[in-house]
Amino acid sequence: MSEAYQNIWVFVETECGKAKNVGFELLNPARELADKKGCKLIAVVIGKDVEHVAKDAICYGADSAILVEGDEYEYYSTDAFATALVELIQKYKPETVIIGATNNGRDMGPRVSCRLKTGLTADCTALDIDEETGCIAWTRPTFGGNLMATIECPECRPQMGTVRPAVFKKATYQEGKTGEIVREDIHVAADAIRTKLLERVKEVAEAVNLEEADIIVSGGRGVGSVEGFATIRELADLLGATVGCSRAVVDAGWMPHAHQVGQSGKTVAPKVYIACGISGAIQHVAGMSGADTIIAINKDEEAPIFEVADYGIVGNLFDVIPAFIEAYKKIKA
Amino acid sequence: MNILVCVKQVPDTNEIKIDPETHTLVRAGVPSIVNPFDTYALEAGVQIKEAIGGKVVVVSMGPEQAADALKTCLSVGADAAYLVSGREFGGSDTLATSFILSNAVKTIEEKEGAPFDLILCGKQAVDGDTAQVGPELAEHLGLPQLTYAMDLTVEDGVVKIKRECDDGYDLMTTNLPAVITVVKLPTEPRYPTIRSKMAAKKKPIPVLTAEDLAIDVSRCGLKGSPTKVKSTYTPSREKSGVKIAGLPADEAAAQLATLLTDAKIL
Repeated sequence: MSEAYQNIWVFVETECGKAKNVGFELLNPARELADKKGCKLIAVVIGKDVEHVAKDAICYGADSAILVEGDEYEYYSTDAFATALVELIQKYKPETVIIGATNNGRDMGPRVSCRLKTGLTADCTALDIDEETGCIAWTRPTFGGNLMATIECPECRPQMGTVRPAVFKKATYQEGKTGEIVREDIHVAADAIRTKLLERVKEVAEAVNLEEADIIVSGGRGVGSVEGFATIRELADLLGATVGCSRAVVDAGWMPHAHQVGQSGKTVAPKVYIACGISGAIQHVAGMSGADTIIAINKDEEAPIFEVADYGIVGNLFDVIPAFIEAYKKIKA
Repeated sequence: MNILVCVKQVPDTNEIKIDPETHTLVRAGVPSIVNPFDTYALEAGVQIKEAIGGKVVVVSMGPEQAADALKTCLSVGADAAYLVSGREFGGSDTLATSFILSNAVKTIEEKEGAPFDLILCGKQAVDGDTAQVGPELAEHLGLPQLTYAMDLTVEDGVVKIKRECDDGYDLMTTNLPAVITVVKLPTEPRYPTIRSKMAAKKKPIPVLTAEDLAIDVSRCGLKGSPTKVKSTYTPSREKSGVKIAGLPADEAAAQLATLLTDAKIL
């Protein structure tokens, strides 16, 4: 059965004609998997006016791309995207399909795998090939990050998984690299799209792009109030950093959810992550342990955040941060 | 409005411990709770019922003890509860679980004498964290789905949700019947009262077995699960970092600033 299925696909999610980063990120580990297996890596791009995304996907490592364009794909809908992807999979029979674990990817993925009666592994953070079975070994955190599980789909094809944004880094963009772009004419009738997007409401003044931030200054319960975040922001502004926070802060209403880092928020992998007044619950650590350098400021010497920190200060953040700002300015002056 | 809420009993992941030798969950002493996202789904269902009338039924798949989770649901606004349980169902992945639940939905509809207009699920369970059972259930039932709802209302056979986005939300609608997965609500789920707990205790919770569902058991449990857990391990997090303690804030901060700039980290 499985011989008929070949090649690795990465679904490169688009919206309003633009690609989400995660699709390009996933081409990087997928390239390695394809080289190990000696098969092709194909990007699948569905959207409106997205030929440039297919070209970029090739420059980020895909051998070729499959392109589906139409007005119905300008904004995400479960019905249109699942229908198109299922049709493509049934036609081309890829062995593996990798999807970014965005809200849309996690909405569409199970719909597609279920229709095809195959396995889907959710929200993976590592990918490999099991040398014994040749299957993809999908590794993912469970129990709120307390346990890692490696999952395989031995009998059904394609084997499918969603993979977290910001876990893998994009490969270097190879300017001028070309590959075949195959157009597929798939259209979904308006009445077959059963959900409607009425309005897109922006609640955050500036877009929060934690996934791509080089430096994140993050505040937790220890910040104490909305006003307390002025101190966090001051440090962030000085360092050109993005402000993040823990779940407790969002629950308390001090910051909007868009800033939340952790299991139920964003997974981030900045160069520097500064955790201020964050105890370091495993759900939070699961979202930021990929940072190159972790710095913790916490008044509780026993706080678990210090276990994962490369640098830490035991002290009150409202004393330490202003002092740090002063000391840093002096050094840089 | 006939509303079905799917709930799961989970270990409280804030308190779980993993045995470092066996890489399995230490269950002893760990409290079981209703999956927190499901409590929002239930609260949403109960609020809709209170606004426009109807009935809220809860269903859970799990071992016998999962009846405790259903009792909790009955004490905070659910009108009836069903437990889907049986050895055939153990070890199910999301495809098998959603298949079993879709069969349970049909069986419960027969027992209740009316189809469900709205099926609510939490966005994901905090033990497995897959977020797949809701959409897969919708697929098995052939229903439209809206996921990641932060708020929802029902009017004239249409459900409207605020769908969580990076920088705000999408206002989305679909016609009923539909499956909605819930992240959160503007209000916290209600607490039970002593009286509601007593009343919940007295309510029977019918158990639906494989036989009751007349289900194809080859599509249930380990047999019916395309994904298999190959191995598990405990992530190691210990780092030997530099920790500055017992110094006045300005000295500690100056030391850290020097360390970070010398190492060219900042």
